[in-house]
Amino acid sequence: MMEINDVPQDAISTYAENKKAVYATDKNGQYAVVSSSGWDVEEEVTKQALTELQRQADLAYQAVVSGSKSPLYYHMYAQRMDVTVLAQSMGMFKWRVKRHLQPDTFKSLSAGMFARYSDALGLDVEQLKKLPELKY
Amino acid sequence: MQFKHQHAAHCESGVMSSMCTNHGLVLSEAMVFGLSNALSFVYLPFVKIGGMPLVAYRSMPKSIIKGLQKNIGMKMKVEKFSNPEQGGKRLDELLAQGKIVGAQTSVFWLPYFPEEMRFHFNAHNLMIVDKTNDTYTISDPVFEHLVESDSKSLLKARFVKGVMAPKGALYYPTFVPESIDYQKVLPKCIKKTAKTMLKTPVPIAGLKGMHTLARHIRRLEKKDEHSNKLFLGNIIRMQEEIGTGGAGFRFIYASFLQESGELINNQDLIKASQMMTATGDAWREFALLIAKSIRSKNKKAIDYQAIAEKLESVADLEKKVYTFLLQAF
Repeated sequence: MMEINDVPQDAISTYAENKKAVYATDKNGQYAVVSSSGWDVEEEVTKQALTELQRQADLAYQAVVSGSKSPLYYHMYAQRMDVTVLAQSMGMFKWRVKRHLQPDTFKSLSAGMFARYSDALGLDVEQLKKLPELKY
Repeated sequence: MQFKHQHAAHCESGVMSSMCTNHGLVLSEAMVFGLSNALSFVYLPFVKIGGMPLVAYRSMPKSIIKGLQKNIGMKMKVEKFSNPEQGGKRLDELLAQGKIVGAQTSVFWLPYFPEEMRFHFNAHNLMIVDKTNDTYTISDPVFEHLVESDSKSLLKARFVKGVMAPKGALYYPTFVPESIDYQKVLPKCIKKTAKTMLKTPVPIAGLKGMHTLARHIRRLEKKDEHSNKLFLGNIIRMQEEIGTGGAGFRFIYASFLQESGELINNQDLIKASQMMTATGDAWREFALLIAKSIRSKNKKAIDYQAIAEKLESVADLEKKVYTFLLQAF
């Protein structure tokens, strides 16, 4: 039985000091809504997902530095997207987004296209055109 | 303003519970969840989200809003917009009329979500209750207290494109019944959920879906460990992280069964509630087993057989609850 006293209160980092509502029973077996500061198990799997996103962004950063991809490739992963999600956010076919991930094609994009990417990714056009200084 | 914020486990059931309650029909989140036949299990290996197959412990987004209307006879008005300007103006009009306005949004663009919780999910529900200058006061059920957003960010979150694009969707009740004929409605809803879980013929939903997932877990042995760990972790994220109230909504449903048993004085439902709690406990053991095996410190080989067996035992426990529920009326 998940009793109120057994509800995990592990103050997990992925809640960033927030609490979530969970369902648990009191001594008489009566259900109630309880605030929880999180369960270690949840932290483990959320962190796994966040680490994977970071890993993809790091790999993308290297690919841009080496000149094999355009800065768009890094920004896409840094904003927790992939080609599928970015293409959907742009209302475009994936093959077009993939072309824009190539450095030469990217450089020759129109101002209008840059504005659309800037909107989809929530970044200024100037930010979009280059890599940020590495913060890690 | 009379509005009272409620902290809920899940966004959609939380919003509907809050809306009904603020319109004079007191309905707990668990009641909303049960009355909209929201309990489910779905495993779609061919639908990928962020590279991971879709695993869900509840019905499709928006089905709680739809199901509740159908089952208790309430009516909602949903408005969508072709451009953000209209959508922003209409929201302000509705607020000026004193309405509590539900909205579909993308989690990623809401400024009050901490970085750790931001993912691209476009069907997050919340209520907008007030506006002062450029700032909206928002009742987001998965947060403990009222939160705020500037108008630009909220508009962005309402108008993202992509899968389940919200198109600025706003909604509010136009008719809320004064009472519900629980004697009639509860047996119907509970039987429907039990039948769906037991008898859905396709191998991706209900108990069959759990068995298919178990079979796929057994097959992982031959594949690469990094992606296997992500695959397993994703199952548990959907079960514990994504606003489920614990154990993939099984505890919420147990709470619903308990409340139902008391409302219509049916002891079998109270017993079924205890059985459902036991399945919730089993789901959490399953989560713990996976969390331990995917931990980066863990150097042992992952025991896929043991994980698959655990999932099958959970499915067997659930089968007993649904079979029992079908005989409860």
